[in-house]
Formats: sequence, C-alpha cells, structure tokens
Amino acid sequence: MSVTVKIPTILRRHVGGKPTVEGDGDTLRDLLSNLETQYPGLTTSIVTEQGGLHRFVNLYVNDEDVRYLGSLETEVREGDTVSILPAVAGG
Amino acid sequence: MIEIPADIRDQLVAHAFAGLPDESCGLLAGPGGRVERFFPMTNADHSPLTYRLDASEQIKVFGEIDAKGWDLIGIFHSHTHSPAYPSETDRRQAFYSEAHYVLVTLQDRNNPGIRAFTIREGTIEQDEVKIT
Repeated sequence: MSVTVKIPTILRRHVGGKPTVEGDGDTLRDLLSNLETQYPGLTTSIVTEQGGLHRFVNLYVNDEDVRYLGSLETEVREGDTVSILPAVAGG
Repeated sequence: MIEIPADIRDQLVAHAFAGLPDESCGLLAGPGGRVERFFPMTNADHSPLTYRLDASEQIKVFGEIDAKGWDLIGIFHSHTHSPAYPSETDRRQAFYSEAHYVLVTLQDRNNPGIRAFTIREGTIEQDEVKIT
C-alpha cells in the first residue's frame, strides 16, 4: 500500500530535496513511522515526543485538515495524498 | 526587496483595519516573483496579539498558487499596537524562509506603516519595500 506525501520546502533536506515521497501505513501514525524509518529525522518536527501532532504543523489527507478527522489516528488508503504544511503563524 | 503594487498595499491596509481589534493575515503570490494578488485570510487565533492562518484556507490557497504556477512571495500580518517589526513570536514561528514577511502596523491609525523582512533560521533581515 502506498500513500503519496507532499513534503514542504523546509523539510526537503531530510528526503534528498524531493517534493513528494511514498510511504506505507494504515493510519497517519503508521505512515509517519514508516517515513521516519526511510528518512531519519523527517518526522521529529511533526510528531511531538509525547506522540501528538506538533502544534505548528498542519497535516492533511486529501486536503482535509486531520485535526477535524482523527488526528494521527486518521486512516489512510492506497492512492491518498497526505500534505504536510508548516503553520503560517506568529504574533 | 519586494515590490508591492499600490492597490495591493491598499488591500493589505484595508484588511488590517477590517480585522480590528484582532491581527489580520493573508498571503501574497504571483508569477515569476511578482506580486499579482493578495489572498486575505482568516486569523484562526482571533487574537489582537497573535495570528495563525486558518489551516483549511491555507491548503486551498497554497493549492491555487501551485495550480497557477505562481510563487508564494509574501506572508502578511498586521500589528495592531506595535511597530512593523517581527515580534519574538514571529521570529520563532517563521517556517517559510523563502517568503517575505510583510507587516502592516496600525499603531498610528492615521498613518499605517508597512515593512518587510526575511526570517531565516531565526535571523531577521529587513527588506526594502517598493510600492509600484
């Protein structure tokens, strides 16, 4: 099973500069774990040490914000596209 | 340096006023590094002190910019009571090193100011703003 993951510019140094990568998993958490194995360091700024989604990262499955789905437990399927976007935020 | 057409500068200031008492935010994009359009967006924080682009709007607008083959050129937000200079929060949460952070201050309501900065790895550099 393969899910396409869009990588933001700021994280591309972990994946050899590629704008998209492929990963496997039944849920976002599994998928990110699989990506971390393939690309060590990629998910350290996405998943917190406590295992939650980092506050300043937006994750989407097929352009739907996963905070309104099931966060990291959201199921993913073959052919889905996951997007990672750093939040645009400040004070 | 960032060139901003005068009508878009006026849109930024109008969006800043429309958002009061909260900070306002949005994105600037266009072809070949030229600012063609301002995308006014919702401040999901609804705060006079912080901003965060609504995440659902963000992916839609990023998708639209990509589909047009445009570049994300600027990230706009307003300061309602402080100068147009990045705050410590702005510096820490600047994840788009390739964009200009465009700030409009309404500190003097009769004389809004505009400045732009790049923020790379925590280092702030002021960019010239040329209104065209």
